[in-house]
This record gives sequence, structure tokens and C-alpha cells, in this order.
Amino acid sequence: MNALAEAFRLIITLDADLFEILWLSIRVSLIALAISAVISLPLGTWLAITRFPGRKFCILVLNALMGMPPVVVGLIVYLLLSRSGPLGWMGLLYTPTAMIIAQVILITPIIAALSNQVIENLHQEYHDTFYSLGVTGRRAVVAYLVDARYALTSCILAGFGRAIAEVGAVIIVGGNIDHLTRVMTTAIALETSKGNLTLALGLGAVLLVLSLLINALVISVREYAAKRQYA
Amino acid sequence: MPESLLPIRIRELRLTKGDRALLAGINLTIEDPGITVIMGPNGAGKSLMLRCLHGLIMADQGQISLGGLAVADSRSHQAMVFQNPVLLRRTVLQNLAFAAPEAAKGSPWRLIDALEAVHLADRADQPARTLSVGEQQRLALARALLTEPALLLLDEATASLDPASVVLIESLVKAQSARGTKVILVSHDHSQARRMADEIVFVSAGRVVEQRPATQFFTQPETAAAKAYLAGEILL
Ligand SMILES: Nc1ncnc2c1ncn2[C@@H]1O[C@H](COP(=O)(O)OP(=O)(O)O)[C@@H](O)[C@H]1O
Ligand SMILES: [Mg+2]
Repeated sequence: MNALAEAFRLIITLDADLFEILWLSIRVSLIALAISAVISLPLGTWLAITRFPGRKFCILVLNALMGMPPVVVGLIVYLLLSRSGPLGWMGLLYTPTAMIIAQVILITPIIAALSNQVIENLHQEYHDTFYSLGVTGRRAVVAYLVDARYALTSCILAGFGRAIAEVGAVIIVGGNIDHLTRVMTTAIALETSKGNLTLALGLGAVLLVLSLLINALVISVREYAAKRQYA
Repeated sequence: MPESLLPIRIRELRLTKGDRALLAGINLTIEDPGITVIMGPNGAGKSLMLRCLHGLIMADQGQISLGGLAVADSRSHQAMVFQNPVLLRRTVLQNLAFAAPEAAKGSPWRLIDALEAVHLADRADQPARTLSVGEQQRLALARALLTEPALLLLDEATASLDPASVVLIESLVKAQSARGTKVILVSHDHSQARRMADEIVFVSAGRVVEQRPATQFFTQPETAAAKAYLAGEILL
């Protein structure tokens, strides 16, 4: 109970350590999200509206990659970035960049697969009309992205939620170095194992609130869209 | 005014699914302007025929030419209104702007005029999919007319609408026809066919069975199938 009160104090006094960790978490996940969105949204859309042999297989792979264990992703990125690895010369291991790379690999299949499903449904509905109006190629892709904007926002938020709550990959490639690569989840893991429950609980509470906020945002986006028949 | 896509010639159009001939060798020549109404029982192949004309589906065999053009080359001069209007998840006005991007940029008043014609000018900023079905179909028609098509196809476009929307859509289609757009309209509604048609094409079991001026078709249908259909004996 003492630890809980102390944790609460850390939060309301804007404890410097806590907020440094929080800020790094958010920064890493937001950058990963931005990179991932640029890759996954066009990929998901493209897979939904083009037809080529092997398309179904690609979607299957994407869905399988959604369930990749984070520690395996961490391990792979570690092997790539470690000094003897193929990308070792870049010296990225144990940097925020390494964590961003791992998170991008983790959430890109998630956002791509979710958005693929969204666009696929929209494509079924719009196909004849777009064809009739002579809307093809880039214009069609943009129109699908615009018209699925609310559903895609939910996909993106799901990706962000996954990224910020992720621990396995990030601890392997980031190394949980104080003031450098220590993010909320890895800090919680470390502080708990050290028996320092105060910071762990404080961070845990923040993480919980963050995840609640994301879900609240998803729900309100959904309601806003439904009211306008934009869902 | 758009260039003409007449005459429309369909030769031996065949479409088979499994061992069923959905289109069993359609032969049809439409030479006259005005409104051609396609009638026939459910499942006769009217929609499939229209979709072939519009290029939405490819038949297995046969030829189609419109004013000497292949379907693909005629498409930008065609517009189609479907039975169920599909509108974008945007406002009423944005739906029109999407269909006619050049007009939206260069002469936006054309969009407003188009909305006024279908009595939706006061709804310009409403999310399009919150309109009633009748209003949605009126918007779909406005969208189709905005492209100034030489050929306008309507597939049971008024089948489930309120009477006021039906009347408005019929009068707009007639007006567009008077301005030189060729109209081909699929309808189940005999009285609508009587009101609209200059010419009737009667389709049954994947074939064109009869093609006659509307006045003659209703008073003295040639074939037994058309007679039975008009008498309400063929419902399926
Ligand atoms: N994609 C399809 N696959 C199999 N059968 C189809 C397909 N599309 C239409 N049909 C069949 O073709 C026949 C003609 O369809 P349609 O042109 O829609 O009839 P209608 O004259 O009522 O518009 C119907 O029996 C329908 O079930
Ligand atoms: Mg039909």
C-alpha cells in the first residue's frame, strides 16, 4: 500500500525519471507507428484492391506475421544489428533506433492485415461504382484510404497500443539502458525484479491509463463515424 | 453535348456459369435515340446484359459495339445508376465533386445546379449516407448526369423508392433523354415502362425475345412469352 501511495506521488509530482521513461516510450512508439503506417496502409490497401496470383497467400502470411512472438522479432533484429551481424557496422544495437526497428517489424503486419480487411470490405461495396465513374489507380487508392479513415484510425491505434505495451523485443534490442533505452515496459520489468515496486507501479499505472485512453479514443472515433454513416 | 454512342450492336453475347447459360446468345441492335426499356422476368439476364454494356463484366463470347466503339473506349461516355445507390462516406456535395473533379475545380456552380435538379441543394453538407434511400438514389442520378453521358444505363433504379423520388427521377431521365442522351432502363414496373419507353426490349431466359416500339408492345405483344409476362403470368 505504501508503494502504491509513493507511486501516485511520483506521477503527480511529475517525477523526472518517470517522465523521461514515459517520454521515450511515447517517442519510440510514435516514430515506429509513423513509419509502420506509411508502409502498412498502402500495403494493406494494395493487397485489397489488386488481383494477382499469390495475393491470397500474401494476406495469409500477413495474418500469420500478426502473431509473431515479440521475443523472436527481438532476437532477429538483435542478430541483424549485433556487431557481427550484417548491419552491425551501423552501431544501432542498444539504441532507441533499434527499438523503433523492432516495433516497426512487430506492428506493420498488424496494421497491414487489419487495414487490408477494412479496405477489402469497402472495395466490395465501391468496386462497381468506382469502375462506372472511371476511378482507377492512385485516385482509387487515395479514395479508399480517405473513405476508410475512421476504421483505419482504429487499426492505427491498435498498432500503437501494441507497440507501447510491447516488452520482449524492446528489451532484447534496446537493452534497457538507463537514460538511453529504458522505456515503460522494460523499466517495469527491471524495477519489479529489483523489488523496487514504487517506480514499477507508477509506470504501470501510467501505462494502464494510456491504454484506457487509446481504447476510449477508438470507441469515440467509432461512434463519431457511426453517427454519420461513415463507419 | 456528348457524342452519340448509337447504334448499339450486341452480337451473339454468351455467358455461361457451370452448365447454365445466363446469356444465351443475345442479339440486339439499338439505333434510335430516346428511351429503351428492357423488360423481362426475374433472372432473365437483364442486369447481366446491362453490366456487359457498361464493361463491368466480360461475356464469354460475342461482340458489343457502341457507335463503332468497343466497350472499353465508350466507357467514359457512359454512366450507370444501380439498383442500390453506393455513395461515398462523405458529404452530399463531396460525392458530386468526387465524380466530376474538373467541374468541382473549374465550375463548382455546376455541382450546385445538379443538386438543385434533384432537390438536394439544402443537403449539400449532410453526410450522404444519412439520406433516405430515395434521396440517395437522386444523388446517384445527379452524379451520373454530371458526367454528361452519351449513354445512361439504369438498372431498376427506382425499384424500392418513395413515389416522389420515382416521379422526380423519371422526369429527370426524360429531360436528359430529350437533351440527346440515349437511355437504357431496366424496369419491372409496367406502368413505369409505359410512361417512359419509346422502345421495349423483352428479354427472357438469356435471350432477346422481342424488340418493338412501346406503343405496339403493350397493345399487341408478338410472342407468347411477352403476352404471358404482361398478363402477369410469369413472375419468375
Ligand atoms: N455471378 C453470377 N454467378 C452465377 N450466376 C449468376 C451470376 N450473376 C447472375 N447470375 C444468374 O444469372 C441470371 C440472370 O441474372 P440477372 O441478369 O441479374 O437477372 P435479371 O434479369 O433479373 O436482372 C440469374 O439467374 C442469376 O441468378
Ligand atoms: Mg436485375
